[in-house]
Amino acid sequence: MTSQPLALIAELTHRCPLSCGYCSNPLELERASAELPTEIWTRVFAEAADLGVLHAHFTGGEPMSRRDLSELIGAASRAGLYTNLITSGVTLDDRALGALIDAGVDHVQLSFQDSEPATADAIGGYRGGHARKLAAAARVTAAGLPLTANFVVHQSNLHHINEMLSLGDDIGASRIEIAHVQYHGWALKNRARLMPTFAQLEAATAAVEAARERLRGRVVIDYVIPDYFASRPKACMGGWGQRIINVSPGGLAMPCHAAMSLPGLTFPSVRDRSLADIWNNSEVFQLFRAPAFAPESCRGCERLEIDFGGCRCQAHALTGDATRADPVCELAPDHGLIAAALGETASDTVIPRRMTARD
Amino acid sequence: MIHIDSIPKLKQGVKFRFDRARDAWILLAPERLFMPDEVAVEVLKRVDGVRNVTAIVDELAAAFNAPREEIESDVLGMLEDLSRKGAVSA
Repeated sequence: MTSQPLALIAELTHRCPLSCGYCSNPLELERASAELPTEIWTRVFAEAADLGVLHAHFTGGEPMSRRDLSELIGAASRAGLYTNLITSGVTLDDRALGALIDAGVDHVQLSFQDSEPATADAIGGYRGGHARKLAAAARVTAAGLPLTANFVVHQSNLHHINEMLSLGDDIGASRIEIAHVQYHGWALKNRARLMPTFAQLEAATAAVEAARERLRGRVVIDYVIPDYFASRPKACMGGWGQRIINVSPGGLAMPCHAAMSLPGLTFPSVRDRSLADIWNNSEVFQLFRAPAFAPESCRGCERLEIDFGGCRCQAHALTGDATRADPVCELAPDHGLIAAALGETASDTVIPRRMTARD
Repeated sequence: MIHIDSIPKLKQGVKFRFDRARDAWILLAPERLFMPDEVAVEVLKRVDGVRNVTAIVDELAAAFNAPREEIESDVLGMLEDLSRKGAVSA
């Protein structure tokens, strides 16, 4: 029997006032005119709850670019879903927050590009953005809402890791996420300018360990290292089609936000199919679902039930074949590609994400 | 550290509820899900920000007719674990 999904990732829009060069959105961004209307999202939240989904993550792009955001949060909340708003916070003023609280938002995650305002604003491409985020954080905690501070780290801001951890604590976050960039979407394009050195990674890991001790019982710290430095791959989204449904701004349902990068797949749309039908019967959700699917070189491996052979999108991005073992795995036939990527020299500048990717 | 006089409560944003889809009690927290076992469910039903650990242990010992010392160490261990994971504070 197919397992029940745990989380719905609602990518409400690809619009965003920021232009971070490590954005996990696909290179081909969906336009506002193609976005799902309020009533379809409302149906999707109800269907998700019926299917067993517990958490709804509102993300984008910048979910606050949707004028009906509080209406959507309200619909998800009424359906019984735990609502998590993942935002840059640059437009989270008192009025917007008040509407979200009235709608029943359960948790807010604010992204930070650095601890230093100048570099943070440069990375996000938004002058004054960092100051606005700090103000948003203060509003969230003053309202009694739980706050996660998310710091995306890479080679040019990792030397501020201690300051980031302190900032997260200072603004009253109950959870801090230190997330190394993962190399999908725009980040893959900018990989050589983002990838940390091994020494940077080790120092960051030590800083996180020390902060966990220091902040124990007060702040939970989640730490995600770049796959490229791991010896074993991660279970792709907890397993392809096992835990997560990602719905794109235009309504395409995918097992993962990066799945659009896989060629030749036709994604089912929530516009014309129910979420249950998509989860249980669609070709795409079954395509790489364990146990029916396993990369050939992984068969017989004792870790197959743990990681299912890793990330399909990473396998495709690095080897050109989505069915191969994730090259991150030391046992994978293509593991040499990881060493090659870690040895790349940086190109000139990070390319900021923008709506027209093709030029 | 959680001790016998602590008054545990669920942290902001943490919800303990019965999930009909799974026919089980669940603890929902920001980006986290806990599936408490039967003992933990009985403890969590009594975590209300009013009762202290001693009161919770007394109730459980009476309800399940089990040795008090054993229950106390289970309850303290479980609450300490959830406190480290950010689901419970005292």
